[in-house]
Amino acid sequence: MGDVKLLGLWYSPFVHRVEWALKIKGVEYEFIEENLQNKSPLLLESNPIHKKIPVFFHNGKPICESMVIVEYIDEAFEGPSILPKDPYDRAIARFWAKFLDDKLQAIGKTFFFKGEEQEKAKGEAYETLKVLDNEVKDKKFFVADKFGFADIAANFVGLWLGVFEEATGIVLVTREKFPNFCAWRDEYINCTQNKEYLPPRDELLAHFQARFQAAAAASK
Amino acid sequence: MAKDEVILLDFWASMFGMRLRIALAEKQVNYEYKEEEGLLNFKSPLLLQMNPIHKKVPVLIHNGKPICESIIGVEYIDEVWKDKAPLLPSDPYERAQARFWADYIDKKLYDSARKIWGTKGEEQEAGKKDFIECLNVLEGELGDKPYFGGDNFGFVDIALIGFYSWFYAYETYGNLSTEAECPKFVAWAKRCMQRDSVAKSLPDQHKVLEFIKVLRKKYGVE
Repeated sequence: MGDVKLLGLWYSPFVHRVEWALKIKGVEYEFIEENLQNKSPLLLESNPIHKKIPVFFHNGKPICESMVIVEYIDEAFEGPSILPKDPYDRAIARFWAKFLDDKLQAIGKTFFFKGEEQEKAKGEAYETLKVLDNEVKDKKFFVADKFGFADIAANFVGLWLGVFEEATGIVLVTREKFPNFCAWRDEYINCTQNKEYLPPRDELLAHFQARFQAAAAASK
Repeated sequence: MAKDEVILLDFWASMFGMRLRIALAEKQVNYEYKEEEGLLNFKSPLLLQMNPIHKKVPVLIHNGKPICESIIGVEYIDEVWKDKAPLLPSDPYERAQARFWADYIDKKLYDSARKIWGTKGEEQEAGKKDFIECLNVLEGELGDKPYFGGDNFGFVDIALIGFYSWFYAYETYGNLSTEAECPKFVAWAKRCMQRDSVAKSLPDQHKVLEFIKVLRKKYGVE
């Protein structure tokens, strides 16, 4: 197995994707907590380009970008496959992982920004949710009826999005607007398979409630 | 063995489409090239059918099934036609690095380059600065290697080289000299252009400049 380390923070959805992959493969790893307010030399040396978490270390060599790391874990370690075997299914899995990753920013901005930028972000978020609502209709998993790569990438919209909504009172998702997405999400956070891999929702909520409150207080 | 039907729905000036052209050429795959002729003004029924979510080219269509997003398309080509010209390295760590750099190119290079021809004043200056910085970072990653893939032309080279066909346009509208700012990059690009697959896949830089003129008028930059 070699020496495996993960630099990150427990509440980051990007870091969580990597932890999910490692747990699927049964890989033991050392978790190193980062301080984003005062970035460590380790972070700045190992991810000089983006200076972001997660950074994954295998035998001392760093890999950055959460879904690149997940793919590496799938290739480098034995255990259940995360990406499907068929090349076309793999392309579809990568497509949805990219979609979920690319659109995440706009969704996040809805909660962290104000004014015009927030309104613009909201519009983009609704467009994204519309696409997802259409895609997950009557589906539990994104590709080939099997949990995998894209479902891991979906952790943000599956769990974190709802937590952000509750923590801020800003609601994007309603059952009227996005019925299929709601059904998919309910299953995603409650099914026994995922429950053991997702962080506790109440702890996430407490963390982000405090964070949004602090941000609100600071901007007064 | 059933005959493979491969179609590439593309636009001649798209640096993303060029990636697929090069990959297919490296693998010596026969395909039908379909031009999205009216790309600036309307999208064909085929494009809307094959890429309903993004409505963008390029789209690779293999036996009727669409693959969208150029980097994903290149990986697909590498996996399906795996018996010749491997595009990604075989070592998982090297593969992760290749994917990281393709992602970097997609996240950083296009947007900064777009500002060079698509904006004016302060925004354009910021775009120029970011663009040169990007190329310098990539030069750092290239180091003394002939290609990003090492001795062999590969994934990252394919992800990047298409931008070179827009360089004359960037230099003209940005009033910059890429040879002066990033000589290593230009040397690498010229090396790549010596490959048949690349030379046949990239359009003439002057033709691209004419196209950018049209784009600028359309977006009201002129």
